[in-house]
Amino acid sequence: MSFAQQLLRSTALWGELRASARVAALICAALLASPTVQAAQVTDDRGVTVTLAGPPQRIVSILPSLTETVCELGHCARLVGVDRYSNYPASVQKLPQVGGGMDPNVEAIVALRPDVVLMAKSSRVGERLEALGIKVVALEPKTHADVQRVMMKIGQLLEVADAQRIWRAIDAGVSAAAQSVPANVRGTKVYFEVNQGPYAASEASFIGETLTRLGAKNIVPAKLGPFPKLNPEFIVRANPDLIMIGQPSAAGLQQRPGWQSIRALREQRLCIFPSEESNVLVRPGPRMAEGARLMAKCLVDKAPKP
Amino acid sequence: MMQTRVRWMLWVSVVSAVALTALGICVGSVGFENLLQPLLNPALDPERTAMAHQIVWEIRLPRTVGAWAAGALLGLAGAVAQGLFRNPLADPYLLGSASGASLGVALALAAMGGGAGMLGGGGNMMNSGVAISVFSSSLWVRLGLTGAAFVGAVLAILLTLLLSRGVSHTLRLLLAGVVVGAVLGAVTHLVLMLSPDSLQAMWAFMLGSTAFVGWVSVSMMAVAWAVCVIAAWLLARVLDGLSLGDATAQSLGLAVVPMRAALVAVLALATGTAVAQTGLIAFVGLAAPHLVRSVLKTTHGQLILLASLVGGVLLMAADTLARWLIAPQELPVGVLTAVLGGGYLLWLMHRGPAKVGGAL
Repeated sequence: MSFAQQLLRSTALWGELRASARVAALICAALLASPTVQAAQVTDDRGVTVTLAGPPQRIVSILPSLTETVCELGHCARLVGVDRYSNYPASVQKLPQVGGGMDPNVEAIVALRPDVVLMAKSSRVGERLEALGIKVVALEPKTHADVQRVMMKIGQLLEVADAQRIWRAIDAGVSAAAQSVPANVRGTKVYFEVNQGPYAASEASFIGETLTRLGAKNIVPAKLGPFPKLNPEFIVRANPDLIMIGQPSAAGLQQRPGWQSIRALREQRLCIFPSEESNVLVRPGPRMAEGARLMAKCLVDKAPKP
Repeated sequence: MMQTRVRWMLWVSVVSAVALTALGICVGSVGFENLLQPLLNPALDPERTAMAHQIVWEIRLPRTVGAWAAGALLGLAGAVAQGLFRNPLADPYLLGSASGASLGVALALAAMGGGAGMLGGGGNMMNSGVAISVFSSSLWVRLGLTGAAFVGAVLAILLTLLLSRGVSHTLRLLLAGVVVGAVLGAVTHLVLMLSPDSLQAMWAFMLGSTAFVGWVSVSMMAVAWAVCVIAAWLLARVLDGLSLGDATAQSLGLAVVPMRAALVAVLALATGTAVAQTGLIAFVGLAAPHLVRSVLKTTHGQLILLASLVGGVLLMAADTLARWLIAPQELPVGVLTAVLGGGYLLWLMHRGPAKVGGAL
């Protein structure tokens, strides 16, 4: 028998052994564990139904809000790789990074042998990963409702029984933050700048939804789309009472042409969020209650009280 | 005949600049609205007049004039580049000087932003001068950014010249310019990736924006424009000589080498100042001299002046459109000039083979 044949036989044998071991394990699991241990199935935001042999044990997430959702559902330990922007909770910072959500390193992902890759619908890497035999669940959290839906989907995938309860706790957190805003602060005209373009967060954005729940009046209407690039004059004329802005964008706010007349700047009604807090505010994920608390605190501290 | 045309074009560009200024004052976040009327009749509605005064004086007028000045600088830079490199395709973009200028700005921002981040270290940074913003309107920041852009532009042009081993070989020059532009553009992106804090604002900047042009930026561009126009006017003779070849220029008694160096400085100053205030705005520098040349043939002195005036009008028109079309949102003005300028050049190319030789 040649060496090649020997090799072939041994691998075939080994494969058979492994297969029977897997069958045995499956039978054992089916006999021993709760009846929920079955094929895990979920329909993602592309409309693709993804079927896994069981709840995934090795997960790669290439979207920070999905990373946070997996951890919130109590399965942080199953993450084996994340994108370079996932930085919460702290434990994920030690995981291997596989590039960014838009420019992931396919090789690095494959090398991690994930049972499933969680990613944004807009990431183009899904088809490539699927062609390589990797299961992909693409989700697109953009609004408050999406956060709930995504949490249920991932909960279903990971077979977390109390996903609904976890969501309700988050939602209650947002409501509590809204209740902490006194009545005389409601209706404060707020401008939330996401980028110096200037790009604003409108009523249609995730941030805008939180602001609406807190009772603030966003000066940027929903019809302009979630993050419109505005003519700065629009903001000057809307004359917001309060400005919320991330720290990197805040430089030189006072010296922008014509902005000195804006009430928020005249009266120093300005909340500058350091980047860690900005992350909480802009990510449509399980920390939305924390984001709501940050904005509520800003309103309580800085809004004009008639 | 030609002098009549020159005079005619001069008047047309000046009159359209004035007309566009009036229009620019009336176009803002609500689309078109006549703010001239409350400005001119303050008694009618004092409150509206005060609002109009502030909006016009602090926002719309500096933006509009700033767009003209940036366009004028780019048009001038284009005309100088085309004469200097004896190449109708030369423009601040193709020769890499605009990429050099924006790399200079990115490096300056990364250096200053990084420093400020280390000093401040997060926490409550209220009212302290946080990092440096590319849209800042402080005089020193603007001067610093302009200086960085100027140095970047000079280095990029020198690099292009070094790679092409002089201006004698057209194809090599253009290839070198394209290579330098691409490489410096890539380096700019690398710098931005490594300092994500300056990244956000720079994206808007790279597409061109007059949104935050204030009087400081306007006066800086005006000064640079005056310097460049005078210098280019004085040096135009060497461009006329160069168009006949180096040997002829030298035989005319022109000090070719130092004058060429001075023209490179003019080119870099014009490009750098425009890029530092308004970001990357494509095609104005290329289209303006061609537009002039498609109407008349003239000496480089007049060409440079006219191209500059035409460039100002072009960018002013594009900027007005950029804030009008989807008000209160804005289009990046660089995107608009690229579409319009590109379309214009294509039209110029397809007008007929006889004209192409003359104009392009």
